[in-house]
Amino acid sequence: MISFNILVSICLLYVLGLFAVAYAAERWAETGRFAILRSPLVYTLSISVYCTAWTFYGAVGSAARNGLEFVAIYLGPTLVFVGWWWLLHKLVRIGRVQRITSIADLLSSRYGKSGGLAVLVTVLAVVGTTPYIALQLQSMTLSFAVFTTATGAPAPSPTVTAFYVAAGLAVFTIIFGTRNLDANERHHGVVTAIAVEAVVKLAALLSVGIFVVWGVASGPADIFARMDPELLQSSQVFNTRWVMLNFLSACAIICLPRMFQVIVVENSNERHLATASWAFPLYLFLMSLFVLPIAIAGQSILAPDANPDLFVLTVPLDQGQQTLATLAFLGGFSSATSMVIVASIALSTMMSNHIVLPLWLRMNASRNPASDDVRDLLLRSRRASIAVVVALGYVYFQFNGGTGALASIGLIAFLGVAQVLPALLGGLFWHSATRPAAIASICTGFFIWAYTLFVPSFSGAALMGPEALASGPFGISWLAPQNLLGVGITDPLVHAVFWSLGLNTVVFVVVSLLTTPSAIERLQSVQFINVFGQVSPRRGITRSTAIEDLLVLAQRILGREEAMALFRAQARHQGKDSPLPDATNELIATLEREIAGSVGAAAAHAMMAQVTGGSEISFEDMIAVADETAQIMEYSARLETQSKELEQAAAQLRDANAKLTELGAQKDTFLSQVSHELRTPMTSIRTFSEILQDGDTLAPEQLNHFATIIHSESIRLTRLLDDILDLSFMENGRVQLNLETVPVQSIIDRALATTQAQANELGAVIRRDTTAEQITLYTDADRLSQVLINLVTNALKHCGTTPPEVSVLSGLHDGKLLITVADNGRGISEDDIDLIFEKFSKLSKKFTSGSAGLGLPISREIVKNLGGTLVYAGSSMGAVFRITLPLRTTETPESA
Amino acid sequence: MHERVLLIEDEPHIVEALSFLLTREGLSVSTHSDGSNAAETAARLTPDLVILDVMLPGKSGFDILSEIRGTEGMAETPVLMLTAKGQSRDRAAAQAAGASMFMTKPFSNREIVANIKALLA
Repeated sequence: MISFNILVSICLLYVLGLFAVAYAAERWAETGRFAILRSPLVYTLSISVYCTAWTFYGAVGSAARNGLEFVAIYLGPTLVFVGWWWLLHKLVRIGRVQRITSIADLLSSRYGKSGGLAVLVTVLAVVGTTPYIALQLQSMTLSFAVFTTATGAPAPSPTVTAFYVAAGLAVFTIIFGTRNLDANERHHGVVTAIAVEAVVKLAALLSVGIFVVWGVASGPADIFARMDPELLQSSQVFNTRWVMLNFLSACAIICLPRMFQVIVVENSNERHLATASWAFPLYLFLMSLFVLPIAIAGQSILAPDANPDLFVLTVPLDQGQQTLATLAFLGGFSSATSMVIVASIALSTMMSNHIVLPLWLRMNASRNPASDDVRDLLLRSRRASIAVVVALGYVYFQFNGGTGALASIGLIAFLGVAQVLPALLGGLFWHSATRPAAIASICTGFFIWAYTLFVPSFSGAALMGPEALASGPFGISWLAPQNLLGVGITDPLVHAVFWSLGLNTVVFVVVSLLTTPSAIERLQSVQFINVFGQVSPRRGITRSTAIEDLLVLAQRILGREEAMALFRAQARHQGKDSPLPDATNELIATLEREIAGSVGAAAAHAMMAQVTGGSEISFEDMIAVADETAQIMEYSARLETQSKELEQAAAQLRDANAKLTELGAQKDTFLSQVSHELRTPMTSIRTFSEILQDGDTLAPEQLNHFATIIHSESIRLTRLLDDILDLSFMENGRVQLNLETVPVQSIIDRALATTQAQANELGAVIRRDTTAEQITLYTDADRLSQVLINLVTNALKHCGTTPPEVSVLSGLHDGKLLITVADNGRGISEDDIDLIFEKFSKLSKKFTSGSAGLGLPISREIVKNLGGTLVYAGSSMGAVFRITLPLRTTETPESA
Repeated sequence: MHERVLLIEDEPHIVEALSFLLTREGLSVSTHSDGSNAAETAARLTPDLVILDVMLPGKSGFDILSEIRGTEGMAETPVLMLTAKGQSRDRAAAQAAGASMFMTKPFSNREIVANIKALLA
């Protein structure tokens, strides 16, 4: 039988062993040996600090009382690690980039480096963690008591045991938790010790489990045969409470200060998280594997009044397995100590960075933070904080000790820290989340949690009498702490979760929507939410700072050598030969991040602001940033406009070029056609004149005939040239119009007089309606009659009927003058209509034979120059050309 | 026996001038002024020489030349092509179509007569 004294000796030896491991790990980390210390395995094992004495002892107790309910405590974290791996990854990345030291620092940094928020989260964390530390002390005290009872040896009272345990833990934590100031330098020693403890607790639980299944019972089948069937049919499983437990434990793995410490702050390599995402669930699985068998064994072989929370110890003891019981005891001891150590480190960082340091800065506002050794102050305050945190746990244990099952105390703590979840998730994913919303939501959740769960957890009438608990304070029943508004949720935990997290979230969303994020919050929200995108350095704030001041500050906080190394690296980065870099904004931002790694974002920001000569980032600074941003935006808008204009210009150029090419091609075609048309009469002229030159004896008639041909071809040539010039002028709009007010009748008279001879020759009938011609028009009478002559001549020549009938009719339509020239021929086939106005086209040539095919093109240009249109409107009943002219009677254009 | 020349040309005054010139030189001249069935006329008359205008109503001179060259017994018949455009592009096209000679309007009487005699020799 192991005596109490031997047990204490074993504990002391174990702790000394941990000291040795931690110390060696620190040395190895410094010298860079034993890479296994930085392996993902150690990281994963350190996360097992989640499994405290509560899970070590309490899970069996919970299984004995409520069957499978305990699974939720393992399932929640498993779901987070497997399913929400990306959320943890984001947290770890933000932690690294922003040099985050704690969960309070994370929220403070996200919400505009708010000191107030950091204090709030710190207080919440301390209050939420205190019962948890008390829980560890209680479990250790109980486990000591088990051995005392078993041996009957004299032992100190539980409070004395708890006191020594607490004191010992505080000393260990202080020695190894505050060796380095920069929390981001990480506690290699502590983490390694925690990993060793993780192995011990797993080995202990597995050993007890194996003993129970194959030592007490004769195998898995036997142990489950002994199970009380009530255990699995319990209505406590897979109900609302069970889902809530899953949810709470999932929140806990993210929000608990010690979990944040090991997952985010102590993480040295993001890749480790990938291993942990499967290895940690595996660890949890192994931890939970034998919970039920141990519970069954305890119920079947121990007295009915035995405390199920201690089955892990009492079952081996009952079976006379001293060594196994001692191993189990060490497993529980490891669970409790690792939790207290990590939690107190995490809390001390928060307390010293967010409460002590800001207070000191405020009290010494006039002094330059670089002028005193802040480093020393921080270390001292951290050590004191650890002592305070452990002492608080001890006080809570004294106050509330021995009451309540282990599990329920753990759940109270879970829900307490879960109150930061809405603000945390909002901060990671929602740009509109604001500082006031975070503060309001955490305050709301904190208050409701305290009122509905924390305060009622104190037994007796310490804070609230049983009457007030049952029927509400002052008899106001709807304020009853465990039945708010009488919603009738019977389970106090579910009730508290519903009200605290529900209202917390509602307040967070509503206040976020009602308030606007400040400029610095906006900056930080971008840095946080887009942490996987490109991290742009803060820029634009120009501050004139002596580099020496910055160096002094850095030396005080980071240590002399590290500060010099940082400055030298920055100087090299800036391409300078001297060891001192320029005090650029980039340097200031980098330095602020480095210092934030030691003192938290809010304090670092305040310190940097004091050194760099501004209180906060001043209004002017922000305006400067805003102005610069506005200028950049304006500039880029201008660039965009210019590039659009350039694009347009390029498109116009392309169009113009295409048009020019087309015009060039048209010109070539035109010149080629002109050449052809000119060469033809010239050929006749040359040939016949050469014949005449030959001086052959030609008959006089022949001589005369040839001369006539030469003459007519010359005239044709001249007219062709005239037409080409005419058309060219008109196409360019440079034709000289001789405008006058004339009656339409006189224009038609003139045209018909010219074509009279031709008409008579063909015996043609010309129709007109002179009464409709009593309209006066302001136009060029010569040009218009030229068009009419052309049209009438065409009609006479080409209508192809005998006798040709040509009608020239005029009239008003829609305030415009219409003149139509129609014949009684076959008209123009549809295919050819498009061609008749083409220059030199064979059709137009046919229509205007003798004038080389320019008649209709010229006519159309004339009408166009007179402001009207000439179109072909014929049908199979005959060719019809319609002239439409604006009815202008004076020089004023377009008088209707 | 008079050598027979077929003149395919749509411009009446040029037809008249060339007919006069060639008749004066002792050649027998037939004329055809429309492009569409010029090749048939040529096949029917089987002349000793063809004078062919490039720009004809109905069909291009190049197409007519191809048809003539495809007519039995006319593959080697000398063809003198006339054009009023005078572009080198036309000259190349005429050669490709199988023209024996290519002249640009307006031409010298002496030259065209000498060319025709050379082609007939």
